[in-house]
Amino acid sequence: MNYHWNWSIFLEQVKSGDETYLDWLLTGLGWTLALSLTAWALALTIGIVVGALRSTPSRLLVAIGNAWVELFRNIPLLVQMFLWFFVVPEFLPRDWSLWVKQEMPAKEFVTAALCLGFFTSARIAEQVRAGVGSLPRGQRDAALALGLTLPQAYRQVLLPQALRIVIPPLTSEFMNVFKNSSVAFAIGVLELTFQARQMQEDSEQGIETYLAVTLLYFICAFSANRGMAWIEARSRVPGLIARTN
Amino acid sequence: MIEIRNVSKWYGQTQVLANASTHVAKGEVVVVCGPSGSGKSTLIKCVNGLEPFTEGTITVDGVSVGDPKTDLPRLRARVGMVFQHFELFPHMSVEQNLALAQVKVLGRSKEEALARGAVLLDRVGLRDHATKFPGQLSGGQQQRVAIARALAMDPICLLFDEPTSALDPEMIGEVLDVMVELAQEGMTMMCVTHEMGFARKVARRVVFMDHGEIVEDAPTGAFFDAPASERAKTFLSRILRH
Amino acid sequence: MGEFDFSVWGPSLPFIRDGLLFTLRLTLVAMTGGIVIGTLLALARLSPIAPLSRVAGAYVDLMRSIPLVLVILWFFLIIPFLTGSPVGAETSAIITFTAFEAAFYCEIMRSGIQSVPRGQLNAAQALGLGRAQTMVHVILPQAMRNMLPVLLTQTIVLFQDTSLVYAIGAKDMLKAADVVGKNYNRPVEMIVLSALIYFAICFGLSLAVKQLQKRVAIIR
Repeated sequence: MNYHWNWSIFLEQVKSGDETYLDWLLTGLGWTLALSLTAWALALTIGIVVGALRSTPSRLLVAIGNAWVELFRNIPLLVQMFLWFFVVPEFLPRDWSLWVKQEMPAKEFVTAALCLGFFTSARIAEQVRAGVGSLPRGQRDAALALGLTLPQAYRQVLLPQALRIVIPPLTSEFMNVFKNSSVAFAIGVLELTFQARQMQEDSEQGIETYLAVTLLYFICAFSANRGMAWIEARSRVPGLIARTN
Repeated sequence: MIEIRNVSKWYGQTQVLANASTHVAKGEVVVVCGPSGSGKSTLIKCVNGLEPFTEGTITVDGVSVGDPKTDLPRLRARVGMVFQHFELFPHMSVEQNLALAQVKVLGRSKEEALARGAVLLDRVGLRDHATKFPGQLSGGQQQRVAIARALAMDPICLLFDEPTSALDPEMIGEVLDVMVELAQEGMTMMCVTHEMGFARKVARRVVFMDHGEIVEDAPTGAFFDAPASERAKTFLSRILRH
Repeated sequence: MGEFDFSVWGPSLPFIRDGLLFTLRLTLVAMTGGIVIGTLLALARLSPIAPLSRVAGAYVDLMRSIPLVLVILWFFLIIPFLTGSPVGAETSAIITFTAFEAAFYCEIMRSGIQSVPRGQLNAAQALGLGRAQTMVHVILPQAMRNMLPVLLTQTIVLFQDTSLVYAIGAKDMLKAADVVGKNYNRPVEMIVLSALIYFAICFGLSLAVKQLQKRVAIIR
């Protein structure tokens, strides 16, 4: 088989309109960034709370946290996308259900962001729990002995330390969010992978298309990595590594 | 000030405290000693409710620790504690360590808390280290900061849980000096420690524990000169030989 | 609340079973092939021959930094050029997953090999075993055993990831559920069914891995 290279394809107009293929890809990049960052913010918030719950002495809270993690870890992300998009609206009260199906703005985006956020939160929760668990027991005791309540002890003493410890695994989770956002193509979010498939069909220049998209994903992952490295450097505490009990 | 009556505690089948009773009066220093695993650390952690206990009662300044209705954070804010491994918060500077609970628990203003912290740092001889982080200090310095942190809450009494046993020998003195000074000023103190020199110097009484029981609870002089039990004699001969 | 009719589950079962069989076949082939190729990649990465180690490293990093969906699309596009003739979505899926998972198994095997104490290497060499013999008889079996729980956890991830062959329309379990859902006009019920099946299998397997982890921990 012969392949006809055409590197100027990106500047050509799409068959069905007056945009160029480059416009498609940039739109895709925009949605990928918006989706990944929204999901990440949601995932961090929920993941830290659930992870903290799982490290408390309360059996009930631990069980709730565990159920959360198992639920989101044991169903494929793609199936979760379908669940949020097609199934969850059916379980809402009638008025809400109608509103979600017919009127909700950016329905695909909102659904995908929730889905990816919850999915990632379970993985963050796992890291945060391990991080809190790795702290010496005395830190909790010392915080409580000063009269802090348990939530205060978490907020002021345990989580700030645990989060610093788990920055490396969180970095790879952050990079995963960008990769996983690609699954949102399946419910019609106009992100990079969606645009890649569309451009490949429309232009029949698959290799150029996928090369460009691969490069864009690379840039996303690399920026995510650098961003986290910056945070890690900024949050470094003098002398912290020297501490050994 | 501290009243411990018939306290017992089990971990599953194993009993770690057996019917322990003792007390610390206002202004008194009591040293608790005993071989490792004798339950002395557990006992002192029961006093501010860090460890729950199965039976008996403990009251601090009239407040019952084991009572589920007791506001434990409020009680703990009035009882200072110093730990074996210092347990400074490594992500906070020294002055932040001192200010945290003053602000969050006592509701002092940030400025007030820093000012109070500075006074106490000066007192433990670490005025110049306020902006350093715990990881940049020696063990002895960290433990002195930990004592200052407890004092910053203006506690009615102090609990010490083996405050010198994680320290290199040359640093023990600087920590004990601070403790002796506090004792001489009339601070109420309950100290789990093997520092018998410290005990002789400032303790009113010595409590000797073994296998979760309080075997002896005697005035300091009597304990060292004529221990009543075989177990205490053996313990003393082992520990004083060093 | 919408109205549900779960009676569609009954007639869907034969299709679901066929789909599940493909999903399992894909998982097992990709696992076996992935572990074999992954181990070779790991040996290449740890090899003292710099170009070999660099090529293997580049391959692993590449696979690990692109979304799986994109890898699936790439292979589906490229395989016909390499083989000279179009291949079905199912064959393409099997090749893709083997190649993709090899990168992940490689990293697991690499840390497994590094987890074997250096003394074992010295002991084997002292007995007169050659390099290859040492690897095959002494190092790899221990690396495998130490990493067994991690390898299995990765396989559960792989099992879930196979659902992404949706992107090229291969007939796995999710696709079967999708087709039945459309034919009977009961998509919601069929999505729920596939979610339940995935959950039951993955949760069951992860419990089994946890048990295994405890036992491995005791043996060590």
